Amino acid sequence: MNFTRVGAVIMRQLYLYRGSPQRILPMFAWVAIDILLWGFITRYLNQVSHSGFNFVPALLGAVLLWDFLTRIMQGVTMAFFEDVWSRNFLNFFASPLRTSEYLTGLVLIGVTTSLLGLASMLVLAWAAFGLSFLSFGLALAPFLLVLFLSGIALGIFGAGVVLRLGPASEWLIWPIPSVVSPFVGVFYPITVLPSWMQLISRALPPSYVFEGMRAVVSGKPAPWDQLAIGAGLSVAYVFLACVFFASVYRYAIRTGLIARYSAETVA
Amino acid sequence: MTASPPILSAQNLCKSFGALKAVDGVSFEVGAGEIVGLLGRNGAGKTTTINMILGVLAPSAGRIEIDGMDLRTQRTPALTRTNFAAVYAPLPGNLTVEQNLTVFGMLYDVKDLKARIEQLLAEFDLSRFRGSKAGVLSSGEQTRLSLAKAMINRPRLLLLDEPTASIDPSTARDVRASIEAYVKATQGGVLWTSHNMYEVEEVCNRVLFLSHGKVLLQGDPKQLPGEHGAASLDDLFVQVAHEALHDAPHEAAAAGAAP
Repeated sequence: MNFTRVGAVIMRQLYLYRGSPQRILPMFAWVAIDILLWGFITRYLNQVSHSGFNFVPALLGAVLLWDFLTRIMQGVTMAFFEDVWSRNFLNFFASPLRTSEYLTGLVLIGVTTSLLGLASMLVLAWAAFGLSFLSFGLALAPFLLVLFLSGIALGIFGAGVVLRLGPASEWLIWPIPSVVSPFVGVFYPITVLPSWMQLISRALPPSYVFEGMRAVVSGKPAPWDQLAIGAGLSVAYVFLACVFFASVYRYAIRTGLIARYSAETVA
Repeated sequence: MTASPPILSAQNLCKSFGALKAVDGVSFEVGAGEIVGLLGRNGAGKTTTINMILGVLAPSAGRIEIDGMDLRTQRTPALTRTNFAAVYAPLPGNLTVEQNLTVFGMLYDVKDLKARIEQLLAEFDLSRFRGSKAGVLSSGEQTRLSLAKAMINRPRLLLLDEPTASIDPSTARDVRASIEAYVKATQGGVLWTSHNMYEVEEVCNRVLFLSHGKVLLQGDPKQLPGEHGAASLDDLFVQVAHEALHDAPHEAAAAGAAP
């Protein structure tokens, strides 16, 4: 792997961010709106509920973690879409750039932008609603790692789908987190799901994160064994997503898709 | 043909899309210091051939070597020695001229990149546009930027797909002069497609006529018309295109007679 070429992919994105406030604003604006909305919902639920259950860490914490995964996925796919929108594939892939270097660049820029978003979410959740993840300390790291890897896997998979089906298929990619969210139990235990949905939940790494977080919030020890399963699955999905992207790339080279990738008619 | 090893060697290249044979057994070489014109009607297989040489389209059969390196097995080092400019591959319009050259310089791992960029900005008269977004440049300025990007890694093999299309005659003349000077200075090789036969005659040392994915004719662009009873290269192009379009058996015979 040549890190100068990886740097070129990152630099291309950084130049876009530098010259474009409209690209920077969404990194913070949407997460802030989510935190405010759910923060006030949880505050209201705390007021009207007499169960003594604290909704702030359970719901607002879940929103924060789910947003983190979504931002990572979108960070990777947005970086990829920039090349789609500017019809840049021919210039990039007719250069010495390898697909592994290209994907590494996309992932690094996606991780950087989502970490900035996460930091702003943490500050806002703490300042406005008193939700602090600092009390979890390093124990939070494995939870974030699983979400982080899951977001990367979804981002690479989404990029592969768009490369294969053409620019118009980006509309299939944006809703992926929403499609996944009912299965992973962001706001409720997966035991409330029908058994067929629970089967799917067990195959999705974020399920283990949200189940684990609920256990921790309710004062139980973190289920490390379950989290290890989630981590293993997420590593496997990152690998499979890379294999998928590489196979789509080979297909694109075989059929001439890369060279003609400028219109919806490429499919 | 020069005595030194070829910079580009394409052997028996074939590319099929289903039943359509876009390129059918094309073989040719580009030597050091040589500018070779790839001519033919739209759809003759020129861009398909160039895409295969750029590694963005896998040949159905055949072999491509760039500077002695097999493109299939040594893709990265082979493409490090190659670059291209094409009207259908504009550089990202949302990056400035300088940012584009920086990104592509890094992609090609160019040493002393800042100095190289300054050199190219001056050479292609782009210094005053260094901070301008590529998307707002005129056609001629974008062409000059594409050429600057194409030369940023001092490629051994330069592929130019209609580099002077849509630019004015004065800019086209400057572009031709830049490329000729580059070839003279570096002894690199150029594969050049164009529909401007005057330009081809002026710039190219040798031309290949493609039709239906096959090489019909090849030779010196100044001598070829006379050898085939045409008044000019332009007339020969029309003649070959007409025969290829309306007389398939004739085309096969001509292909058999190609040197």
